Amino acid sequence: MDDFRSPEDLFREEAKKVKQMGKDYGKYIPIMIAALVIIFGLQGTIYSIGPDEVGVIQRFGKYVRGTEPGLHFKLPFGVEKVTPIKVKKIFKEEFGFRTARAGIKSVYAVRQFPEESLMLTGDLNILDVRWIVQYRVSDPVKLLFMTRDPLGNVRAMSEVVMRRLCGNYTVDEVLTTKREEISRLAQVELQKLLDKYRTGIGVVTLKLLDVNPPDTVKPAFNEVNEAKQERERMINEAWEAYNKAIPRAKGEALRTVSQAEGYSLDKVNRAKGEADRFLVTWREYKKAPDITKQRLYLETMAAVLPRAERKFVMDPQQSSILPLLRLDQKGGTE
Amino acid sequence: MKKFLHIFITLAIIGGIAFLTGVVYVVSETKQVVITQFGRPVGDPVTTAGLHFKLPFIQQAHYFDKRLLGWDGDPNQIPTRDKKYIWVDTTARWQIKDALRFLQSVSSERNAHARLDDIVNSATRDVITAHLLVETIRDSNRILDQKEEGKTIAIAEEALERVKIGRHELEKEILDRAMVLAPQYGIELVDVRVKRINYVKDVRKKVYERMISERKRAAEQYRSEGRGKSAEIKGQMEKELKLITSEAYRKAQGIRGTADAEAIAVYAEAYNKDPDFYSFLKTLETYHDTVDGNTTIILTTDGDYYKYLKKLD
Repeated sequence: MDDFRSPEDLFREEAKKVKQMGKDYGKYIPIMIAALVIIFGLQGTIYSIGPDEVGVIQRFGKYVRGTEPGLHFKLPFGVEKVTPIKVKKIFKEEFGFRTARAGIKSVYAVRQFPEESLMLTGDLNILDVRWIVQYRVSDPVKLLFMTRDPLGNVRAMSEVVMRRLCGNYTVDEVLTTKREEISRLAQVELQKLLDKYRTGIGVVTLKLLDVNPPDTVKPAFNEVNEAKQERERMINEAWEAYNKAIPRAKGEALRTVSQAEGYSLDKVNRAKGEADRFLVTWREYKKAPDITKQRLYLETMAAVLPRAERKFVMDPQQSSILPLLRLDQKGGTE
Repeated sequence: MKKFLHIFITLAIIGGIAFLTGVVYVVSETKQVVITQFGRPVGDPVTTAGLHFKLPFIQQAHYFDKRLLGWDGDPNQIPTRDKKYIWVDTTARWQIKDALRFLQSVSSERNAHARLDDIVNSATRDVITAHLLVETIRDSNRILDQKEEGKTIAIAEEALERVKIGRHELEKEILDRAMVLAPQYGIELVDVRVKRINYVKDVRKKVYERMISERKRAAEQYRSEGRGKSAEIKGQMEKELKLITSEAYRKAQGIRGTADAEAIAVYAEAYNKDPDFYSFLKTLETYHDTVDGNTTIILTTDGDYYKYLKKLD
C-alpha cells in the first residue's frame, strides 16, 4: 500500500517537479533576455547605405552625422535613427501632362491638365505650355530638416517661375524663337527660389516640351503658317516668271543689235559697190561722153518701150491728149 | 560579464520608465516644443533638437513644426483695375516663428491655414484690384520696347499699356501687406507668389476670339505681303524688259543710222564727181523699174527718141 499514491500525491509530486524545473530554468531567464536584447540591438546597430544614397543620422532627433555608402554602426534602441536619402537619383516632375507608362514608346495620360498648362503671355494671349523639371537632392540635411514638403515646393515654384517668364514674352516667341531662352531662365530662377527656401534640391534641367495654342485657336495659327507658305509661293512664282522672261529678252535684244549690224554691213557694202560701179562707168564715159550717153539712152529705150502696154507719139502742136484717151476708152487704137 | 549585464538592464529599465512617464522627451530637428504646466506655458519654446527633460505628469509637451511650411490658396476671382476678371491662385511659404504665441492664438496648423487664407487672400485682392491686368502678367516692358525698336509684333490694344511695377513687385506688395498681419499668430510669412493667373471662362472665350482675329489679320498680312512682293518682282521684270528691248532698239537704230550715213557719204563722194551723169544713169535705170505691162507712154516728137519721126536733122 506504501507505493499507493493518491491523486493528491501525484499532483503534489508533479507540482514539485515543475517547481524544480522552474528553478533550473530561472537561472537562464536573464541570459535569454540579454540574448534577445543583443539580437535586437545588433539588428538596430548595423545598417547599410546603398551606392546611390547618403545616410542621415539623428541621435534623439538631433542631427549628428551623415554617412557614405557601405556598412555602418549606430546606437540601437531608437537612440540613433538613420534615414537613407537617394542623392544620385534624378527625379522628374511633369507639368501639363503625365506619363502613364514610360517605355520605348511612352504612353501619356489622356487627361489634360489645363489648370497647370494654360498660361497668359505678355501680349495677353493664352498658351498651353508643357514642361518637365529634373532634379536631385543636393543637400540631404536641408531636404530633411528645412522644408516640410520639398516636392511640393518644386511643383509650386516651377509653375510660379514658368508663368512669370511666359508673361514677359509674346505668343510667337514662346511658341518658337525664345523657347531655349525661357527654359534656361526658368531653370536659373527656379534654382534661386529653391535655394532661398533651403530645400536642398538642385535642378538638373528644365525643358519646355509641347507649346501649343489652345485647341479653339489652333486652326487660326495653322492658317498663319499656311499664309506664310502662300507668301513664299507667290514670291517664287513671280521670280519664276522673271527668270523666264528676262534672259530671253536679253537674247532677243542681242539679236536686234546683230540684225542692225547686218543691215549696216549690207548697206555700206552696197553703197560702196554701187559707188565703185558708178565710178568705173563714169571713168569710161568720160572718154567719150556724147556717144556713150546716146548709146545708153537708146539701149534703155529699146529695152523699156516694148514692155509698155500702149504708147502714144504726139506732135507737140496737139493741144490736148484727152481726145485720144477717149478714143482709147472705146477700145480704138491709133 | 554578469555585472555589466545587470547594469545594462537596469539602465534600460530606467530609460524606459523615464520615457514612459515623460521625464525625457525627444525633439527632432524638424520640431519645436512648448512646455505647459497645467495649461500654463513654462519657459521659452524648445527649438534645439535632442534629448530634453521636464517634470513628469504635470508638464506637457506641445510639438510644432520648425520647417518652412507651404500654403496654397484657393483660386480667387478678382477684377483688376481695368475691370478684367481673372482667377488668381497664390501660394505662400510660412514658418512658425513664435511657437508659444502660435499655441495661444491658433494652436493648430489647420487654424493657421484659415488665418492665412484670410490674410493672404485679402492682401492679394487689395493689390490685384489696385493694378492693371498687364501688371499682374508682365515683369518688364520687354515686348513693348522691342515693338518700339521697330520689330513687327501684332499686339492687342489692351496689352499696349506699359508696366510700371510688374508681377514681381506685385508679389512683393502682397507679401508686405500680409506679412504685417502674420506675427500676431506667431507666424512668419516668408514668401507669397502668384502661382496661376487666368481669365475667367467668359473672358477666356472672348480672348480666344480675339486671338483668332489677330491670327487672321497676321495671315492676311502675309498673303498681302506675298502679293505685294510678287507685284514688285513683276514690275521689276517689266521694267527690265523695257530697258532691254529699248536699249537694243536704240543700239540698232544707231547702227543703222551710222550705216545709212556712211552709205550716203560713199554715194555722195562718188556721184559728186559728175552729178549730171549720175542723174542721167539713174534716170535710165528707173525706166527699167517703172515701165511694165500696165504702163501707157505718151511721147512727143519733140523728145529725143522720136524726134527722127518728125524730121531728120
